[in-house]
Amino acid sequence: MWQWTPLRDVLSQWITPYWAAPLLLAVQIFMVMICLILVMAFYTLAERKIIGWIQARRGPNRVNLFWIPGLGQPFADVFKLIFKEILIPADSNQFLFRLAPFLALVPALAIWAVIPFAPEKVFANIDAGLLYILAMTSMGVYGIILAGWAANSKYAFLGAMRSAAQIVAYEIAMGFALVGVLMAARSLNIGDIIHAQSGGALSWNWFWLFPLLVVYFIAGVAETNRAPFDVAEGESEIVAGFHVDYSGMAFALFFIAEYVNMITVSALTVIFFFGGWLSPFQGYHLWGLLPDDALLAQPGFFWFGLKMLGPMFSFLWLRATFPRYRYDQIMRLGWKALIPVTLVWLLVEGVMVYCQVGPWKT
Amino acid sequence: MLREYLPILIFLGLASILGLALYTVGSLAGPSRPDAEKLSPYECGFEAFEDSRMRFDVRYYLVAIIFIVFDLEIAFFFPWAVSLRETGVFGLITMLIFALILVVALVYDYRKGALEWD
Repeated sequence: MWQWTPLRDVLSQWITPYWAAPLLLAVQIFMVMICLILVMAFYTLAERKIIGWIQARRGPNRVNLFWIPGLGQPFADVFKLIFKEILIPADSNQFLFRLAPFLALVPALAIWAVIPFAPEKVFANIDAGLLYILAMTSMGVYGIILAGWAANSKYAFLGAMRSAAQIVAYEIAMGFALVGVLMAARSLNIGDIIHAQSGGALSWNWFWLFPLLVVYFIAGVAETNRAPFDVAEGESEIVAGFHVDYSGMAFALFFIAEYVNMITVSALTVIFFFGGWLSPFQGYHLWGLLPDDALLAQPGFFWFGLKMLGPMFSFLWLRATFPRYRYDQIMRLGWKALIPVTLVWLLVEGVMVYCQVGPWKT
Repeated sequence: MLREYLPILIFLGLASILGLALYTVGSLAGPSRPDAEKLSPYECGFEAFEDSRMRFDVRYYLVAIIFIVFDLEIAFFFPWAVSLRETGVFGLITMLIFALILVVALVYDYRKGALEWD
């Protein structure tokens, strides 16, 4: 991805150039994964702090790091989990029980192979990028359903069944919302989807595809099993759902997967509807204050990261604001509200393309 | 062409290694003192009195079947959406007929109560 010369030179001194390129790639991928895990760690802290503030509490404030109260909390949690016993229930299916956390974590991380961080800064610039993302999000279901089945616990089993039915129901709404994005972008390549939105904040997809944005984000919240759709782990009835019998680092892997998935859905919302790394001021001169070559008018990672904070905050906001849905309400919303809305909007969008209204002028 | 998929392969491999490393650190650093109580499935302190691989509601199965149909429809929609501006009004009307069949099926499910959950 990046032509990072110092490291490449060092590497090529002691291995052949044939292996230097994949090795350099591996080092970069490893660094991105570490960054992702760090973001996820601080996201858990942000969640507790923000929900604390919304509920007029202070949130975690005991573990200090750099003299900032609470900043060390994620690391304290990790160290606690490392030194916890990993229990494998006696009646469980041992192999599947150990395998399930990996099936949840690996696809969650691997989605980031096709996500562009800045123009042309993407690991795998593949033409089937969107299909790959859909495939990987679907893979996550296996981790959940295997965890629930392998544990041989009633709570875990119920949680897994609920979770699987809920995820497949919302995946349809999500898929239809993405069809609308494809109609606007005319490509499955993630980079091209972003390029197709260029031209300032009003030509991003959110404006013309607003109903699809709403459907996509709600489906994303349901796909990640987050409140208010967290019946899969509803702690007041089935304790922790599919991961009730996991402990220590085995639980931590599920936890990491869930939060990385939240970050991924935020990134995808930004990519599909808010122009990814595009600048909102692109093409707007603001009465000469902002020339075309100004830093704020340039696309870059800065914009991508800044925009991602919006959906990421919304995840926490939703959790702090709404009570949990009942399961029949969740299924009703998915099948009877979101899917019809997307179908109608696809028709509207098709007619708009035909009449060449909006950004679909060829 | 296939070369572009190499980073994905490396990504999958490294993600597995990372997960495995975390799991291994946890199992090495943590204690291991299992006993029968700890290893029984968690049921809020009650003893588990039956196997939990019980029969489950047929509606989950129904949802899975409807999902397969709709997911295939989405797979049909993808190439259509990408090439809509090439196929023009012909593509639009063709997909309208296709979507109409889909909506008829959805309405049928709806009226039959397949989407009810209470």
